[in-house]
Amino acid sequence: MEIATTKKEKYYLSKGIDGFFISASKTFRFVFNYFIELFRPPYEFGEIVKQCYKVGCDSLPLISLTGFIIGIVFTKQSRPSLSDFGATSWLPSLIGIAVFRALAPLVTALICAGKVGSSIGAELGAMKVTEQIEAMDVSASKPYKYLVFTRVTACVFMMPLLMLYTSFVALLGSYINVQTNEHTSLATFIANAFDKINFLDLKASVIKAVVFGFTIGMVACYKGFTTTRGTEGVGKAANAAVVTAMYLIFIEELMIVQIVGWFR
Amino acid sequence: MEINDTTGKEIVIDIKELYKSFGDNHVLRGVNLEVDRGENVVVLGRSGTGKSVLIKIICGLLTQDEGSVIVLGEDVKNLRARELEALRLKVGFSFQMSALYDSMTVKENIAFPLMRNFKHLTKAEVKKRVDEVLDAVSLIKSRDQYPAELSGGQKKRIGIARTLVLRPEIMLYDEPTAGLDPISSIEINSLINSIKKEFGVSSIIITHDLVCAKVTGDRLVMMFDGVVQKQGTFEQVFDSNDERIKSFYEYNFT
Repeated sequence: MEIATTKKEKYYLSKGIDGFFISASKTFRFVFNYFIELFRPPYEFGEIVKQCYKVGCDSLPLISLTGFIIGIVFTKQSRPSLSDFGATSWLPSLIGIAVFRALAPLVTALICAGKVGSSIGAELGAMKVTEQIEAMDVSASKPYKYLVFTRVTACVFMMPLLMLYTSFVALLGSYINVQTNEHTSLATFIANAFDKINFLDLKASVIKAVVFGFTIGMVACYKGFTTTRGTEGVGKAANAAVVTAMYLIFIEELMIVQIVGWFR
Repeated sequence: MEINDTTGKEIVIDIKELYKSFGDNHVLRGVNLEVDRGENVVVLGRSGTGKSVLIKIICGLLTQDEGSVIVLGEDVKNLRARELEALRLKVGFSFQMSALYDSMTVKENIAFPLMRNFKHLTKAEVKKRVDEVLDAVSLIKSRDQYPAELSGGQKKRIGIARTLVLRPEIMLYDEPTAGLDPISSIEINSLINSIKKEFGVSSIIITHDLVCAKVTGDRLVMMFDGVVQKQGTFEQVFDSNDERIKSFYEYNFT
């Protein structure tokens, strides 16, 4: 029997350029699909709640410790400078502004990128290389909805809550230090800490947390879903989920701060 | 649906001039294949000759570069997402490594596609259908076990049960006996035959195992270099002077 000839591959521009655009379009479609699924029931509430619990529980111990220590350290480090001007009474408002505007959203996001992002990247990566995602696909079980939509939504919901929790423990750490040194009462500390915080600050922080949550979840799911090359690929997916999310979080932080600055 | 002129049976899978490449690796180079209703077709060939790619194209997991794949009267490449999902409910796929969801128990694995596709089913109905397929693969006692607690053969049978629960018209088996001991392989072979008999499904079985091919195949298809080299009954295919086909036979039987 005569063997058929191979069909020659055709490229629009070149293999490399075509490959770049194909890969960019795949990434775009992966992200855009989330917004399509937002308007397409069912919403998998049970699985979202399960993932919210995992995102929260995974990060809570580390966030508690980090937030508390940041509160203490930031207060201790700021005291000498303020003390030079006889302005140690400004410590609570300085900490309040620093925690709410910058530290809490960023620290929470970076911790979650490490803890939650790596966990999602590795879990989905392992499912990908063992063909579990394909198995869902061939049984019409909508793996994107079940695995990606639920995890990203859980990150989007939980990140603002975790951010508010980080703010609380950081202020608690700061209060303990201020109370020990300046003997400030709790009522005075709270009044001063929130004195300079306005609704825009709170709104900006919540928006940041939502954007960071979306980024962490989406990057981790994408890296997991595109894992190749067996167990080595799973490790790489988990690593790439963390590193890529961190890069994007810093870029987004800069952009949001700039945009919020225009409204001040 | 199209009728096979030779056998007079309905054609459930009709593949014409199928091409698929991955970069410079040209895997399928013009494959033609028809599968009739109720027929078990075994596809044999060397590793890397595109057998798994072929069945992944049939269920829409991969898209061909050229050629047409008509499954149950539908052109797989041109289906919309919802139409493809509807088709996939009629086409079961048994993975080489079973691909069981390792975070779920056996019963959850089997109930998963059922609960996601037939939301109107009550818990009792789901349980009944799960038990029905577990009974068919003789693993009712393993319903509460996790995949990690099962042997290779048991995993394969649960993987098959998970596809059977959707009551497919076509089954695609990717290396069903690979890595199994002879006794487990015999069990899988008889399971494939009983599925054909009891559920009336048509199947494509990808394998290197000639015992599996002989026992389960109504027709054998030998693929080399990305094309169908020879097809027919077991005897017809191996009655050949082609060195590659002969070495296939000799490795398994002599």
